[in-house]
Amino acid sequence: MKAFTALFTAIDQTTKTNQKVQAMVDYFTHAEEEDKIFAVSILIGNKPKRPVKTSELKEWAAELAELPMWLYEESYHIVGDLAEAIALMLPDPDKEQHVSLRENLEFLSELTDLPLEVKKARIIEYWMSAEVQERFVFNKLITGNFRMGVSKQLVIKALAKYLEQEQTSIAHQLMGKWDPYAETMDSMFAGETHLDKNYLPYPFFLAYPLDTDPATLGDIDNWYIERKLDGIRGQIIVRNEELFVWSRGEELLTDKFPEFNSLQTSLPNGTVLDGEIIPWRDGSPLPFQIMQTRIGRKNISPKYLKEAPLVMVCFDILEYNGVDLRARPLSERREILNEVIAKHTENKLLLSEAMDFKAWEEVGKFRRNARDFNCEGLMLKRKTSEYETGRRRGNWWKWKTEPMTVDGVLLYAQSGHGRRANLFTDYTFAVWDGDVLVPFAKAYSGLTDKEINVLDNWIKRNTIDKFGPVRSVKPEYVFEIAFEGINSSPRHKSGVALRFPRILRWRKDKSVKDANTKNDLLQLLEAVNS
Amino acid sequence: MLKFTDKGIYCKQADLYIDPWKPVKNAIITHGHSDHARSGMNNYLCHTETMPILRLRLGADINVQSLPYNQEISINGVKISLHPAGHIIGSAQVRLEYKGEIWVVSGDYKLIPDGLSVPFEPVKCHHFITESTFGLPIYNFPSTEEVYASINQWWKQNAAEGFNSVIIAYALGKSQSILHHLDQEIGDIFLHGAVANVNNAFNENGHNFPGTWVSPEMDRKAIKGAMIVTPSSALSTPWIRKFSPSRAALCSGWMQLRGARRRSGVDRGFVLSDHCDWSQLNEAVLATGAENIYVTHGYQTTYAKWLCDRYQLNAIEIKTQFEPATGDLD
Repeated sequence: MKAFTALFTAIDQTTKTNQKVQAMVDYFTHAEEEDKIFAVSILIGNKPKRPVKTSELKEWAAELAELPMWLYEESYHIVGDLAEAIALMLPDPDKEQHVSLRENLEFLSELTDLPLEVKKARIIEYWMSAEVQERFVFNKLITGNFRMGVSKQLVIKALAKYLEQEQTSIAHQLMGKWDPYAETMDSMFAGETHLDKNYLPYPFFLAYPLDTDPATLGDIDNWYIERKLDGIRGQIIVRNEELFVWSRGEELLTDKFPEFNSLQTSLPNGTVLDGEIIPWRDGSPLPFQIMQTRIGRKNISPKYLKEAPLVMVCFDILEYNGVDLRARPLSERREILNEVIAKHTENKLLLSEAMDFKAWEEVGKFRRNARDFNCEGLMLKRKTSEYETGRRRGNWWKWKTEPMTVDGVLLYAQSGHGRRANLFTDYTFAVWDGDVLVPFAKAYSGLTDKEINVLDNWIKRNTIDKFGPVRSVKPEYVFEIAFEGINSSPRHKSGVALRFPRILRWRKDKSVKDANTKNDLLQLLEAVNS
Repeated sequence: MLKFTDKGIYCKQADLYIDPWKPVKNAIITHGHSDHARSGMNNYLCHTETMPILRLRLGADINVQSLPYNQEISINGVKISLHPAGHIIGSAQVRLEYKGEIWVVSGDYKLIPDGLSVPFEPVKCHHFITESTFGLPIYNFPSTEEVYASINQWWKQNAAEGFNSVIIAYALGKSQSILHHLDQEIGDIFLHGAVANVNNAFNENGHNFPGTWVSPEMDRKAIKGAMIVTPSSALSTPWIRKFSPSRAALCSGWMQLRGARRRSGVDRGFVLSDHCDWSQLNEAVLATGAENIYVTHGYQTTYAKWLCDRYQLNAIEIKTQFEPATGDLD
């Protein structure tokens, strides 16, 4: 754990990606061989199962530190991170011990089934043998809330450097679920082992948001322009008469989509399709919310199959007849895709049409009104593009439509977590309902660090009331809140729930009475649903 | 004997204020930091080593008298003396005694010696006024030797990799403690004007702090592998950028928290404070033997409640004029 803690600290101390990569390479070079595969697993975001409840952890910590619970809670809110708060307030360690990362993870997984008193004794024993930073990493692992501060892309880069292999090959080996207990560095990365793992998807190619005038992309004839649908990005794989459906989050979702079962015989072996899985009826997509409720279910009842029938709107083919097509130009891949979809007669697979635009101005116009066409914007893909790995600039762009916006009054503030701990950064906004302000959205992002500091200071001086970590403030400031979707919600006072709300700008030019009303929200809801 | 007024802590019997916020006739100043030493007072009283700082910061023409530690004077029957607070050079606790009742205003203080200021001495009293900047159990500072060793280590490594090292710290107090502990074998030391001015004031009074003021004429390209000590006001200014390639570190008690460290945007955060951490605060309060504790500046609500709950003291939260802004350098 000492080496792994040092790795965490090195990554945490820098914002420079080169230094992060170097820290990982150094770790892999020097770490215990049996630890490495576990480090890889944690670095790419896998989390050990949580063996104890956080409420138990904090009680034990407060008891050990001889502090009352109320003081623990106060301190926690200042730190904004449970693992760190506990690590800081425990008494100094009274002995030293060296545990490897693997031993520690085994320790945590054995812990799950032990009686509570034993769990407590073991965890306290660990705490009392570790320095603050190691305790912190240990607590992060226990609470299942661990983020190493490196993207998967960076881990791949570091592994490629350390193993002297291609990044694309490393990326492929790391796809999907794998068990660090069942693998070694050799079994994962040596040789062409991934060929046996026929269930694995290809690493997804992700588009960057377009941040320039599309005219800079050059001749419009060099681009495929498709609707950007609001579903679940996924790959459908048929190999050896078996079907696998993977989400872009690398979850295997085959069981969630019984609609696709028949594809395992109707598609030829060695086929991998990339597209958007989306509920569809009568020739057009249904709102995302419908699928979301369905995905959340353990068992898909016939009712859901009927209410939210799914299709995949396919936009790419990565493998056909067992041949990897990713290095071929997109124009060739689309031709093959066209054929595959044309042969398919069950209406489970649709083709994402390349739309016909003569000029970028037309494209811009479509994008502005994208919601009227049941999509959230456009995808622009260079006809000659290969299927790359990860999020890359240059050949694929997403160009989303402008969000909907509403002006709301800041009503409550709560301190944030992590980097924003001890700063009021989580805000609740309200609209007018008659002469009463009703909350309608919570938002965390969108302000600059400078604005956050100014607002934090103002909040502290204009607090009306404190409810635990939450403060109500004088209604004075108006913010423009942007969001992607609006749904009716009887649980919220405002009657609506928003999708991805965030702060677009601080409207210092507006006074409280200029904020929007509940009625404005309901009209928006009606407009969207009609 | 003492009252908390909107001008500051007031002693009616002696007609004087301690660290007043607004202009008054008579002021005792615990130390030279700007939130304690303000301009506009008719008469100032402070410790001998604070006097040059007040003259530097408030003007050479102020009317100021000084006292050494542990020397008693009497004003209208009130016995007044200054005692080491260990916060920065010249920082003092103020002891006031009238008809057998003793109050101590501690100002800012710390228990861990910094090697420069006269270490904190507990003073027995009935009423004790304490700050609570780090009055939460999450603040447990590492030993200063450890911190200074890692600062020197960091400087050494930066120098080896061709970087200048920039330390951001208060110009008065922390800068001098750091300068005092830097390993001058590693390289040259340069100072921001604000730090150089304070050093000069101290150096004229028998101290000897290292470092060269970076004058506008200096060729900064020639500065390599050096240590630059500067207050935070210089951060992200053109002045700082001229030392690039450089790495910056902040020295503050706030650096104990990862969130604050990451938010500060510097390369390193060293946990180094001239205030008490949690255990020092508790130790100091108990050492006074006082029954009545007045908690100001910081986590006063929480810390007062803790003193009541845990030690059955009569602890009261004193609302200061302002809530401290997050990320102050303390």
